[in-house]
Amino acid sequence: MSHSRLSMPRALFAVAAALLSLSPLVEAQTTAITGGTLLPIDGPAIEGGVMLVEGGKIKAIGAADAVKVPAGAAVVDATGKVVMPGLVDTHSHIGGIGAADSSGPLQPGVRVYDSINVRSSGFRRALAGGLTSLNIMPGSGHLSSGQTVYVKLRYGDSTPRTIDAITYRFPDGAPMGGLKMANGTNSIRNEGKGGFPGTRGKSAFLVRSLFIQAQEYRGKIERAVDEDGNPDESKLPDRNLHLETLLEVLDGKRIVHHHTHRHDDILTVLRLAEEFGFRVVLHHVSEGWRVADEIAAAKVPCSAILVDSPGGKLEALNLVMECGGILEKAGVRTAFHTDDWITDSRLFFRSAALAVRAGMTRQGALESLTLAGAEMMDLQDRVGSLTPGKDADFIILSGDPLSVYTRVEQTWVEGEKVFDLSDPKDQLYAEGGYGAGEEISPYFCCYDHLMKKEAN
Amino acid sequence: MSPKITATLFALLAASPLAAAQVAVKAETIHTVSGPVINDGVVVVTDGKIAAVGPAAEVSIPAGHEILEAKVLVPGFVDVRATVGLTGIYNGDDQAHDQDMLERSAPIQPGLRAIDAYNPREELLEYIRSFGVTTIHTGHAPGPLVSGQTMIAKTRTTTLADAVVKPFFGVAATLSPKAQSGSGAPGTRGKTYAMLREALIGAEAYKAKLESYDGEGAPPARDLAKEALVAVLNGEAPLIVTANQAQDIASALRLQEEFSVKVWLDMAAEVYTLMDEVKAAGSPVLIHPTTYRAYSETKNLSFTTAAKLAEAGVPFAIQTGYEAYVPKVRVLVFEAAIAAAHGLGFERTLESITLSPAKLLGIADRVGSIEVGKDGDLALFNGDPFEYTTHCTGVVIEGEVASRAVR
Repeated sequence: MSHSRLSMPRALFAVAAALLSLSPLVEAQTTAITGGTLLPIDGPAIEGGVMLVEGGKIKAIGAADAVKVPAGAAVVDATGKVVMPGLVDTHSHIGGIGAADSSGPLQPGVRVYDSINVRSSGFRRALAGGLTSLNIMPGSGHLSSGQTVYVKLRYGDSTPRTIDAITYRFPDGAPMGGLKMANGTNSIRNEGKGGFPGTRGKSAFLVRSLFIQAQEYRGKIERAVDEDGNPDESKLPDRNLHLETLLEVLDGKRIVHHHTHRHDDILTVLRLAEEFGFRVVLHHVSEGWRVADEIAAAKVPCSAILVDSPGGKLEALNLVMECGGILEKAGVRTAFHTDDWITDSRLFFRSAALAVRAGMTRQGALESLTLAGAEMMDLQDRVGSLTPGKDADFIILSGDPLSVYTRVEQTWVEGEKVFDLSDPKDQLYAEGGYGAGEEISPYFCCYDHLMKKEAN
Repeated sequence: MSPKITATLFALLAASPLAAAQVAVKAETIHTVSGPVINDGVVVVTDGKIAAVGPAAEVSIPAGHEILEAKVLVPGFVDVRATVGLTGIYNGDDQAHDQDMLERSAPIQPGLRAIDAYNPREELLEYIRSFGVTTIHTGHAPGPLVSGQTMIAKTRTTTLADAVVKPFFGVAATLSPKAQSGSGAPGTRGKTYAMLREALIGAEAYKAKLESYDGEGAPPARDLAKEALVAVLNGEAPLIVTANQAQDIASALRLQEEFSVKVWLDMAAEVYTLMDEVKAAGSPVLIHPTTYRAYSETKNLSFTTAAKLAEAGVPFAIQTGYEAYVPKVRVLVFEAAIAAAHGLGFERTLESITLSPAKLLGIADRVGSIEVGKDGDLALFNGDPFEYTTHCTGVVIEGEVASRAVR
């Protein structure tokens, strides 16, 4: 879009992003992960394989006789271990977040990005669970509670100081993310007061009305631009953050992440996506198993939740552990998510493993935690598999990823070790204990030398 | 459906649990819990009780017994603290329909009986049963300062009378900021504690009145709330105190000192900070579900606490507790599995959901291990019960095949 008023803040973001990219971890040093069972996800397992990491990227991966470890490389011996990509969580609420408030049901312009506390212990727990990329979302109490943000957990020895240090970026430099939307009972509230819907029919009506408003908004902008692409400032509509966000959705730049449980609510999402042509990922899909063929026909991916029992809310009465396997069989691209705090980030493997218990394939389950999620966030060229050229985000496990007895021993992000179970500080977050629930204290990361000075 | 057919159907349904009762299970591995592991063994259940257990070569299966097969056979699980049965699956806007575990009309209501709210046909009971739970200690939930009574039941779909093992077991209390909501509730920890002491002191006075009544004149007026607390003062019922943070756990132990009541610690997220004190007090710990959410007062919970309790020699069992939202009920074997993988190990974990809770609940003469004379309560698995990807393939309660689902 050649809209100068829109592109200005983007330019600022681009500068900020460029500055940030100067700082990190660019090292000529090569790291070699050797001896372990490599699960690249996009190819068969490699027993005793070698993976080379350089400059934060995966440089090579293969059998020991095919990939030579260069002289001077730092070797990480993973003999007896399993190495796989860092996990991708398409739906998390960690970081003490909040976006839309109670003033109205549709607030797509509000960004969760502006609310995140990077010192929240939730991030350390996520690393302990092997998670390296997350979609942090606002809640489901609105038809749209705002923009989501995709983050990469660059938590090394020092805790990131601001959200910008962990934010994925669109090519224009803006924080990368999707749009959170919801239907069903969570967003039907306030007995229809305060602009909130009281029924499903009204919910869809409100959403359609706003999308139509966005289409008209785009028409106004297009009419204000002459044949050479120069806008006539006097004809441009006033900026509207909500509608600007929806234009990004209509343009396919921003994916809709849609909370939806019941079979009919799922079909409503598919209907609206078809009407307005937006890209969408269906989230939770408790009754996705009832409309698996329809979801498959629409070629819409699903990010499913797996909790231990049905019920607790009426629209989750028919939630079954078999859902993931049924969707997979129908040909639906399927991921899982933690919905942390609904399930704990440290137990993400458990969702996929229980899905295997209930009929999903092992390969499908491993993809559901990695590559499938990356695709749902347009991050498949950067993460989700151990592929040369992708970011060196990987985890080292003590054994079979789908066994309850297996532990995440190390988590690496962009070639840097960010979690090590053998370090007592990390172990605290992995297992819990006194202090594990606190925000990361300043002593933990970067200010202890200052505090010591003051004490003297 | 005609009334006649419906009536017949009900008669059949009512009859079914009592019918079968003759079952034998052949298993590659039998974990009896009370004795050594038996390989290639058989358990015979006759008229609802375990009639024989031993190696297949030594135990003959009497005629008329249905034969089930399993890779791994364990005692039916005993959930040491739940609310299911009072808590139902729907949890809709009309909470009154099936959410009977929390009564917020007053902060102290020990007179509320669990049996008057327990629904033995609750769907969630069928669900947890299909994962091997055969006995539950259930009742009023943590929340109000004194929320009501608890009971023990089998998870059978039957009448209350047939399900109940003990109609009144304990009184549930909460020492935490969670007690600070509802009509008349305290507003601070200090006030919470003061109100609980006042209630127990009032019950002591009532008890003295009852004991000094010599049969002359009118007896003291009955007081249902105080009667339940008198049972606590007499040591007939434990006071099951939900406390998570260290200061609240310490407060619970002080109650035991002042009133000589049996205090049981419920949830106890930070119990690892007071292990010596808890051990000295002799209070058992009904440890929180291992995967309970780490936030607010449980923010410092640990996957390793069960193992630490075992190391310290504190009596404990793993519970599923109460869930307000989703999942509406937790699966005991899943909670145990995380403890098993975090230091507790297979044998001790299995004990923590079978014989240990049975002993704590005073029902080890009936359940908790595979021994001749005990109830025929068994759970069948096709591998390590704690592994994510193995299945519970059948459940037997008092000789009745109560679940044939593959979970």
